[in-house]
Amino acid sequence: MVKLIAGVVGIVFCLALLWGAVAPRTAETPDPVAKYHLAPRDVSWQNDNPGGLAVFGTFDRAQLQRGYQVYKEICSGCHSLKRVAFRNLTDLGFSAAQVKALAKQSDVASIDDKTGEPNTRKGIPADKIPGPYANEAAARAANNNALPPDLSLITKAREDGPRYVFSLLTGFGKPVPADWKVPDGLYYNPYFRSLNIAMPPPLSADGQVTYADGTKSTVQQNAKDVAAFLTWTAEPTLEARRRTGIGVVAFLVILTILGYLSYQRVWADLKRRKPEMLPAE
Amino acid sequence: MSFPWARHYEPTHPFMKYVDSRLPIPRLVYDSLGGGYPVPKNLNYFYNFGVLAGVALVVQILTGVILGMHYAANTTIAFDSVEHIMRDVNGGWMLRYMHATGASFFFVVVYIHIFRGLFYGSFKPPREVLWLLGLVIFLLMMATAFMGYVLVWGQMSFWGATVITNLFSAIPLVGETIHTWLLGGFAPDNATLNRFFSLHYLLPFIILGVVILHVWALHIPGSNNPTGIDVKSPADTVPFHPYYTAKDFFGLCVYLTLFSIVVFFLPNMLGEPDNYIPANPLSTPALIVPEWYFWPFYAILRAFTQDFLFIPAKLWGVLAMFSAILLLFFLPWLDTSPVRSNSYRPLNRQFFWIFVVDVLVLAYCGGQHAGEPWLRLSQICSIYYFAHFLIITPLVSRIEKPLPLPNSISEAVLKKHTNTGAPIALQPKGAGIAELPASGQPAE
Repeated sequence: MVKLIAGVVGIVFCLALLWGAVAPRTAETPDPVAKYHLAPRDVSWQNDNPGGLAVFGTFDRAQLQRGYQVYKEICSGCHSLKRVAFRNLTDLGFSAAQVKALAKQSDVASIDDKTGEPNTRKGIPADKIPGPYANEAAARAANNNALPPDLSLITKAREDGPRYVFSLLTGFGKPVPADWKVPDGLYYNPYFRSLNIAMPPPLSADGQVTYADGTKSTVQQNAKDVAAFLTWTAEPTLEARRRTGIGVVAFLVILTILGYLSYQRVWADLKRRKPEMLPAE
Repeated sequence: MSFPWARHYEPTHPFMKYVDSRLPIPRLVYDSLGGGYPVPKNLNYFYNFGVLAGVALVVQILTGVILGMHYAANTTIAFDSVEHIMRDVNGGWMLRYMHATGASFFFVVVYIHIFRGLFYGSFKPPREVLWLLGLVIFLLMMATAFMGYVLVWGQMSFWGATVITNLFSAIPLVGETIHTWLLGGFAPDNATLNRFFSLHYLLPFIILGVVILHVWALHIPGSNNPTGIDVKSPADTVPFHPYYTAKDFFGLCVYLTLFSIVVFFLPNMLGEPDNYIPANPLSTPALIVPEWYFWPFYAILRAFTQDFLFIPAKLWGVLAMFSAILLLFFLPWLDTSPVRSNSYRPLNRQFFWIFVVDVLVLAYCGGQHAGEPWLRLSQICSIYYFAHFLIITPLVSRIEKPLPLPNSISEAVLKKHTNTGAPIALQPKGAGIAELPASGQPAE
C-alpha cells in the first residue's frame, strides 16, 4: 500500500516536471551586459604569497601606508571607512604618536558638554575614521543621487575583491562599444556589473598622489596600493589568522600521523593473535 | 541491548563501586562507547562520520554560545555586531569563521553519513527508528542553519529569508496568514531577526536531545556494517574501545585538519560576497542563492515552472521541495529488499550511483541562475530524484536478484583479506537478516 501511494505520488510529480520541461517557454532575453562585462584583471599582492596560495603571505606595510594615503587624499572625498578606527592604523606600521597626529587632523561629531548642542572635536585614536557625509541623504545629494558605498568591507563584498577594486580603478576610459549607451552623468567601465558607473574616474593621471617613500606614483600603482589597503580594512586579522593556522595545521598533521600509528597498532594486536579477525581494509 | 557476549563494567576501586551503585555514569560510558559495546569488526571509514557529526555539533554549540555573548539581534546593529566580533573581540574572527565553516562541514559530514546509510541499507529493519530520528535531526539542522544565516543580516541573509519564508505564502487560503505569523510582519524585520535568534539558540539543544535518542536507538540493534548481514558470533565483533575509539580518533584528526585548512586559509570560500553588504530591503541582489547545502532542494523548488492540474507552479515547487525530504521518512517501507548492503545488490547499486550523480547535478543547478540550461537540467534531475525513491526503489526491491551473501562477517572479512577467490557457500534463503520481516514483506 505504501508502495502504491508512493508510486502514484511519484508519477504525479514526474508528470508535473515533465510538463514543465516540454511546455513551450518564452526565450530568455540575452543579458546585454554579459557581452562587454570583463572579469577582474590578474594582479597579485604580497599577501597572496606563495604563488597565489595565500598561505604565508603578509601585508606589505609600506604598500598599506601608501594605500592609506591614496584613500585619504582621493577616495575619502566621497567614501567612508566607518569600520576602521584610527587606532587600527598601528597595524600599518604607524607609531602610536603618528596615529595620534593622524586622528587629530579629523573633526569628529560630538556634543558640547555644557550646552548639549552638537559640535565637533579633534579626533582621538579610539575614534572610527569619520566619513565625508553626515548621512545617506547628504551623500546622495552630493553625488547625483548615487550612494558611494562604505569601503571597509568592499574587498570581501565583491567577487575576487582586491582584483575587482584594482580593475575598476584602472578600467575607466575604455572605448564605449557602438551599440552601448552611457547615460549622462555615468561613466563606462567594463569591470562594473552594469557597465555604467556613477563614480567619475578617481585616478585620472599619474602623480595625483606624492608618495613619501619615493615609489613612482602611477595610476596602476595608486590602484594597486589602495586595493592592498582595502584588503587590510576588510580583513585586518588576516596575518594573525594565517599565523595561527600554520601552527594549528602543523599540530594537527602531527596528531593525525600519531593517530594513524596508534590505530594501526591497536588493530595489529588483534591481527597477530587471531588471524581470522583482520579488519576489512 | 547489545550482544550476550558484551563485557560488563566491573568497578574494582571502592570509590568507583560507590559511584556505580548511586549514579552509574561510568557504566553507561563503558557500555555505550567503551569495552562493553561490541561493534562489527569490518566497519570502513564511512562509519566514522557518525562520530564526526557529533563533534561538528559540539563545535557549533561551543562557538555559537560564545558568539552569542557578543552578537546583538537587532536589525540596526546586527551586521555591525558581527563585524565587531571580527575586528574587536579577542579571537572573534576565529570563532566566527569556525562557526560559519563549521555549519558547512556539519552538512558535508551529515550528507556523507546519510549516503552511507543509503548504500549499506542502514535504514532497513531493525533500524527504521534510528533512520527516522536521523531524518528529524537533518530537518532540525536545516532549520537551524537557515536561521543562523539570517542572523548576519547581510544582503543574502535578508533576501534568502525573504525567498524562503515566502514559500509558505504558496499554501492555499491560509498561506498569507502563516507567512505574516512566521515573520511577525509582512517582510523580514526586527521581529523576524529576534525570533530567529531565539530559535537558532534553542534548536541545537533540541538537536542534541534527538542525537541522544539517535545513539540510543543505534545501541539497541548495534551498528550495521558494509556486508549488511547480522552479527552472529563474538568472532564478528570487536569492543568499541580501543578498536573504534582509535579509528575514530584518527578520522577525527583528518577531519579537524581539513576543517582548520578552510577556517584559517579559505574562510570565505563557501560564503557569498553579497553577505558582506548590510541588508538593504530596497536593493535586490542580482542572484539570490541559499547556502550550498540547500542547493539540491532549491533546484527542485525552482524546477516547477508550469501550473499543472490546476495547482500553481509555485505551490508545486514548495510541495516537491518538502516532499523531497519527507519521502525519506518512508524509505524503510519503500525499499523492502531483504538484502541491506548494495554490495550484494547489483541492480540497485547502479541506481544508487545514478542517484548520487543526480543529487550532485541538482546541487550545481541550484547554485546557478534560474535560466537555461540549468532550469531544464534541474527538471530532468528532479524527475529522477522522485522516480528513484518513489518508483524505481520499490520496483527494484521486488524484481532484483541479489548476489549470494557471505555466511558471516568473519567469512566476508577473511575472503576479502586473503583474496583466495574461494567460493562462498550460498546462504539459505533469507539468512543473514534473521529478524527482517518487520517490514511485513517475506524475504524472497
